[in-house]
Amino acid sequence: MASRARPLRLPMGAALAAALLGAMTLGTVGAVAIHAGAAPIGPADWAALRFTLLQAFLSALISTALAIPVARALARRRFPGRGALITLMGAPFLLPVIVAILGLLAIFGRGGTLNQLLTTAGLPPISPYGLHGVLLAHVFLNLPLATRMILQGWQAIPAERFRLARSLALTPMAQFRHLEFPMLRATLPGAFLTIFTLCLASFATALILGGGPAATTVELAIYQALRFDFAPDRAATLALLQFALTTAALLAGWALIRDTGFGAGLGRPPELPAPKGWRRALDAAAITLAAAFLILPLAALVARGLPGLTNLPQGLIGATTRSLAIALASAALATAAALALALATARRAMGHRLFDAAATFPLAASSLVIGTGLFLMLRPFAAPSDLAIPVTIATNATLALPYSYRLLSPPARALLADYGRLTAALALTPAAKFRLVTLPQLARPLGFGAGITAALSMGDLGVITLFAGQTNATLPLYIHSLMGSYRMEQAAAASLLLLTLSFTLFALFDGIGRRHAPA
Amino acid sequence: MKPSILALGLATVATAATAQDKPILTVLTYDSFTAEWGPGPAVEMAFEATCACDLQFVAAGDGAALLARIQMEGAASDADIVLGLDTNLTAAATATGLFAPHGQTWANTLPVPFEDPNFVPFDWGWFAFVHDKAKLPEPPKSFEDLAASDVKILIQDPRSSTPGLGLLMWVKAAYGDRAAEIWAALADNIVTVTPGWSEAYGLFLEGEADMVLSYTTSPAYHLIAEEDDTKAAAPFTEGHYMQVEVAGKLAATDQPELANAFLAFIGSEAFQSVIPTTNWMYPAVTPAVGLPAGFETLIQPETSLLLSPDEAATIRDAALSEWQAALAR
Repeated sequence: MASRARPLRLPMGAALAAALLGAMTLGTVGAVAIHAGAAPIGPADWAALRFTLLQAFLSALISTALAIPVARALARRRFPGRGALITLMGAPFLLPVIVAILGLLAIFGRGGTLNQLLTTAGLPPISPYGLHGVLLAHVFLNLPLATRMILQGWQAIPAERFRLARSLALTPMAQFRHLEFPMLRATLPGAFLTIFTLCLASFATALILGGGPAATTVELAIYQALRFDFAPDRAATLALLQFALTTAALLAGWALIRDTGFGAGLGRPPELPAPKGWRRALDAAAITLAAAFLILPLAALVARGLPGLTNLPQGLIGATTRSLAIALASAALATAAALALALATARRAMGHRLFDAAATFPLAASSLVIGTGLFLMLRPFAAPSDLAIPVTIATNATLALPYSYRLLSPPARALLADYGRLTAALALTPAAKFRLVTLPQLARPLGFGAGITAALSMGDLGVITLFAGQTNATLPLYIHSLMGSYRMEQAAAASLLLLTLSFTLFALFDGIGRRHAPA
Repeated sequence: MKPSILALGLATVATAATAQDKPILTVLTYDSFTAEWGPGPAVEMAFEATCACDLQFVAAGDGAALLARIQMEGAASDADIVLGLDTNLTAAATATGLFAPHGQTWANTLPVPFEDPNFVPFDWGWFAFVHDKAKLPEPPKSFEDLAASDVKILIQDPRSSTPGLGLLMWVKAAYGDRAAEIWAALADNIVTVTPGWSEAYGLFLEGEADMVLSYTTSPAYHLIAEEDDTKAAAPFTEGHYMQVEVAGKLAATDQPELANAFLAFIGSEAFQSVIPTTNWMYPAVTPAVGLPAGFETLIQPETSLLLSPDEAATIRDAALSEWQAALAR
């Protein structure tokens, strides 16, 4: 498996990407910290830290655990609408937080459909507020992502291995041990790490569904420090604490991640055995439950948004155009950088550990800290509103890069293991190798990653709030201001527009990737 | 080629010069003020008709974000006026030393005396719990009444939102040392605490709670803009805490004359008459023609509570800890 020793040469593209990411994450914290020294961390902060860790750990655990049966069922069953369901898996994740929460509450809220059914059935109502509510929302947002990451792992097991298993008459248990477990071993730590780190930086979801100040996360303390107290020293200290947690999670991940080592196949579509009987019923249940959990809240959002569609304000067109441009630019930037980093890390090139860290840190970065840091760094050179669009593109690309990277990383390692020697033996030029081997083999994760980045950038309401002037609002900012002026119906309609556009962008990229994939 | 490039260059310089003929007044404010449905467009048009200048708004989040922005920019700020702070933030704003005395003499019509050397009020409102009359015909009459009932409420976090901070001050102003006790009694009525006003109000409209912390003027929006008279604010016997929104001039402004003219314009009919149905607050000076039809249906609290900016700043941290301790079960 081990590739031959390579000359120690720093991969320039990856190094540049890592340096930029470092500047956007740790660099911005530095710019904020320079305003003052370190601030002490108080008892309330420790309480917030405990809650942050607890909810992030449980959210990641539940999301990945539930994703395994769903991904397995999706990998081995064929049914009408399967492709659409897999595409839909991107949707919850790319919604602006408050919109996703409103959709979720339409079903699980105190006034939601579920409680109406319970009341009709004479059962006591349930309240979604508390730690369980936070977990509900985080699983809603992240289960689809985890499913897609694990599904990709299943699809990457060469068809020949399953044939071999069949001719050896392996029991399902033995097949799991020899084929599926090694794949999960390679995929799960990355998926867990991504969701854990992402939930570390949760703020509005945790607060709104947490039900009170007991559900305070570190991110809220950062927000308070920057927006209410203007205590940059405190914000910087807390942001560093968040990065320290990420580093710890990364170290654990490095200890756990293994390559699958299946070797290359002929690139035929995987032929997972689809056992009958109770296993079939179990798969059907997993798919139905997951689909209902995702689709019902989304359907509620569509229903909320429809009435306002006839009455949309004028400024929406400009905001939508700006958001689309930002989304496309961020997707291009983040995907290129993620590919460079994933290939360099897979090759175990010089500095690969640093690249891995640089590509993970943005998950734990607070967009408010990034925004404030950039503001302080760039303010002397230009007016903030002139920088709004480029800064938003750079920040969105940074924040979304870890997803692309995590999706690209396992297949990039497999690619090198499977085709590394062949391409070396054929003495392909780097350009030919890239065109003939790398791009087609990685088309699926590349498309999925670009789709996620584009959609996330569409929905992000981060730094733009710090930089926007009178005329450069993005669609999420526009929705935010509609909601801030009682215009909830218009906001719901604009959210539906955002959801549709984000999803279209996502499906477009994801579709391109899947069409060009060999399997 | 050469002459045409030269001509083009001259034309550019000429255009730039024409644009520069009009001095620019930059007003930093919150985003819903500048929205196309907010007061911004009408205010801009009316002021530009009097000033031979170009009024530009720069939007920066909410009231608290404005103060943070000014602190980040310091004396290098391009802004001349900051519009949208409230009295819970003015002590901190004054302490930055970035604001200059306003020198205005126009009289406001607030229900309590309001004077500040650096800030003029542009609108104000009473905080109140808003409910749906059909769903909750008999709303609680006080905080104690509310705490004793099983009515569910939505509030905002005082650590991230100005209405949330207003509620904190309301309970403190009404109950003083008993505030912690009141919060502990209210704990089981609170469905959840949201980061900002819009999340809480959105959840309320979705039916997640019986009441939401907002303003006595909120029902006016539903009545006037949506012809929906089902929403009402519940009068509380303790009195209602006020939010006074203010504007101030930055000491480092490069347009001091224009800035003064704008502060004077804030007190004028042209500015004030726009406020009620765009910002959905009470104007700082009641217009000669009175308030728009529909405002007479709103509750009129008998007692207005308002802590001075210094008091508010002094008690804030202790009140916050009290709130956190009472609610973090």
